[in-house]
Amino acid sequence: MKLSQLSLFIQNQPGAIAEPCRILAENNINIYTMTLAETNDYGVLRLIVKEWQKARDVLAKAGFTANLTDVVAVKVPNQPGGLAEVLEKMGKIGINVVYMYAFVSNLQDAAVIIFRFDKTEEVIKQLTEASISIVNAETLFS
Amino acid sequence: MNNHSTAFNPASAMDFLPREQLEKVQLERLQAIVKRAYDNVALFRKRMEERNLSPSDIKSLKDISKLPFSVKADLRDTYPYGLFASPLKDIVRLHASSGTTGKPIVVAYTKEDMQVWTSVMVRTFAAAGLSNSDIVQNAFGYGLFTGGLGAHGGLEALGAAVIPISGGNTERQIMVLKDFGVTGICCTPSYFIHLLDKAEEAGISMKELPLKVGVFGAEPWTDAMRKRIELDAGIKAFDIYGLSEIIGPGVATECHAHSGLHVFEDHFYPEIINPETCEVLPDGEEGELVLSTLSKQAMPMLRYRTRDITVIEKGECPCGRTIRRIRRISRRSDDMIIIRGVNVFPSQIETALLAVEGTLPHYNIILTREQGLDNIEVDVEVTEELFSDKISGLEELRKKLSSAIEHIIGIRVKVKLVAPRTIPRSEGKAKRVIDKRNME
Repeated sequence: MKLSQLSLFIQNQPGAIAEPCRILAENNINIYTMTLAETNDYGVLRLIVKEWQKARDVLAKAGFTANLTDVVAVKVPNQPGGLAEVLEKMGKIGINVVYMYAFVSNLQDAAVIIFRFDKTEEVIKQLTEASISIVNAETLFS
Repeated sequence: MNNHSTAFNPASAMDFLPREQLEKVQLERLQAIVKRAYDNVALFRKRMEERNLSPSDIKSLKDISKLPFSVKADLRDTYPYGLFASPLKDIVRLHASSGTTGKPIVVAYTKEDMQVWTSVMVRTFAAAGLSNSDIVQNAFGYGLFTGGLGAHGGLEALGAAVIPISGGNTERQIMVLKDFGVTGICCTPSYFIHLLDKAEEAGISMKELPLKVGVFGAEPWTDAMRKRIELDAGIKAFDIYGLSEIIGPGVATECHAHSGLHVFEDHFYPEIINPETCEVLPDGEEGELVLSTLSKQAMPMLRYRTRDITVIEKGECPCGRTIRRIRRISRRSDDMIIIRGVNVFPSQIETALLAVEGTLPHYNIILTREQGLDNIEVDVEVTEELFSDKISGLEELRKKLSSAIEHIIGIRVKVKLVAPRTIPRSEGKAKRVIDKRNME
């Protein structure tokens, strides 16, 4: 049910994000979605790719600090209040969101949001019990 | 200001002793201190015995070269009180400064030592032209650091009105400087430049103030800095030299000739050695400064290797002092960094990084000088083991590293996380310190 997100340490300097993207391109790996968190000195680039293991290996080989992080793709009704409702449910159960970002979805009438939680396995159970629908990798990358 | 510089302070008499008489005093004191060290300090005794030396072998000043050297590690290895030659009941003061690992080094003074320290500081300030009619702002740090209290004792004995303001709080420093009619100041040269800049920003011209003398030390500085200070502040700037292991400030000082620092040779015997071969070099040749305390009771140091590279100047100083001069310290024979008067070794930073990370990451120490203040930044490569996709996780790591380093070296550092492979690798001994401090 969970996905692997590729997390990369990026130094804050011109061209720093382009380099890993070029390496992925050369290995024919498509980036589905991404987000960048930044500080004054560095950033963390988080990528969703289909071939995460291969992506990690080629980046690590190129000398990048790259980790795989467990994340969860959640289906959210594509209408006003859709996201609010899902987040309120999570809040009530006591699920804390570490960070989240949008996925470019090909689903009808639904958006997909990538969530990073602590204790991912436990949260997945709680989400299922609360009838929050999780999108698996096959659906996501189809 | 002329009447100040020419006024003779009786404490300075020893500065002008004929060489022959001075050397007689030195030999008597050397013989007594070697005996004291041999009789009371196990380490010195052991080292002398290993060389089949006894105190009676010191028959002339030249015989000092028979004695074994001592080094900073000796203070660490005998931490805290192992080199004391006096019982604790005779100790009246303890100071400490950073050592090469987590532990500081401890130095001690008896009542007699305090008198000596005070007298060499009086001679220091007298050489700078200060007297009992001066008001002196002492902006050296008060505390375990020898700078603040060392200068304080000398100023008080000189009869000057001493303002024990200690370091920091620039706005208050400038207010006091202006309102109290301060005529002399002691601090690090870089801090004084900071004060100059801040005063200017506040619309205060230091030149218009009564301030006329600055006594600067505890970090390396250049003649270019002196020129700037003298020109912009309208004062005379003096370089002083000292180290806790020997006494603190008060080992050597400049006179009005500004052509080297006179070593108070009646208390501290200087030698210059080749740092590689340890061979003693004649006056005029550059090498490592080695100092022996001639009168220190609580903690005699025999042939202490300062790691400071200098020259004992040949010839007489125009000021008439007979005590010899060392050239301004420009560099060191080890990798010690002096920052805001604090001694920092890269090995201390390694200890801290190792403690947090478990393994030693690639790192660089970058020194910069901003607005007259020295800053230290440690760049650390983020390894896969420590990397977190969460900014909070990385920031926590950064803070952990920063506080571990601060805990060991005693000053705040900026830790910057950098990507792997961004710190240059070098063949052999890595160059860990990048000194970008512009001394101009």
